[in-house]
Amino acid sequence: MKRGFPILAIVTALLLSFALYEALIVAPTEQTMGNVQRIFYYHVPSAWTAFLLFAINFVASILYLIKRSEKADILALVSAEVGVVFCTVVLITGPIWARPVWGIWWTWDLRLTLTLVLWLIYVSYLLLRRFSTGGKTPVIAAVVAIFGALDVPLVYFSIWFFRTQHPSPVIGGGGSLDPRMAHVLLINWAAFLCLAWLLCWTRYELEVAERRVEESHAMESLMEGSQ
Amino acid sequence: MNSMHYLYAAYIATWVIHGTYLTVLVRKYSRIRKEMERKPSAISRQTSART
Repeated sequence: MKRGFPILAIVTALLLSFALYEALIVAPTEQTMGNVQRIFYYHVPSAWTAFLLFAINFVASILYLIKRSEKADILALVSAEVGVVFCTVVLITGPIWARPVWGIWWTWDLRLTLTLVLWLIYVSYLLLRRFSTGGKTPVIAAVVAIFGALDVPLVYFSIWFFRTQHPSPVIGGGGSLDPRMAHVLLINWAAFLCLAWLLCWTRYELEVAERRVEESHAMESLMEGSQ
Repeated sequence: MNSMHYLYAAYIATWVIHGTYLTVLVRKYSRIRKEMERKPSAISRQTSART
């Protein structure tokens, strides 16, 4: 691992601790929902981070199809995997917020359903990469990723163009978010972005090392076969 | 359950998910490291051929 890695790890740990303090202690309590609204400081930044990672996966998949670059292929795999982790956080924290506020854990609302479909698409993508052994797997996976990415704008804009039970967008959607809440939200997003970067970096290095090990195995069995 | 319980549940769930993923990465790291220690010369030949 390069020298920047421990620095990023320390910055991420400090930022996550500060963001947690800001979310639990500093942010004002929302008048109608009370403390349960603080789930928003983990739910929304996780969703934004997942969207960003799926966008990176989309760009890396296109790059792979154009250049057949191994780096682009690894970046696509890594961003999808870490994106699924953040999307899982969104799908778990959302219902935990919905239960006390809406009185139900889940409803087949457009935003919620499309987010579940998005998660299923990227889980399928990861399963394809994990269990398909053919030489064309990265190409097929890249095509799946490009089609899967079409669901990201649908999820994001579903609450702009359709009547849904999900709350309106907090930024740019006409909603009035307290500036102190917006500040805490952005600190938490910065912390989650650092965490995503750290996880992607670790996973990228691991994938490179794993491929070298697999290549050495293949080379070894080839040499044994020729003797 | 009062609202604080839901809040704690959501925050703990978030860290359990990230913690589980980190554990998966650590286990993967130790497995690859063992493999690399077993055959260091072959892997270093692969890496130098790439660079």
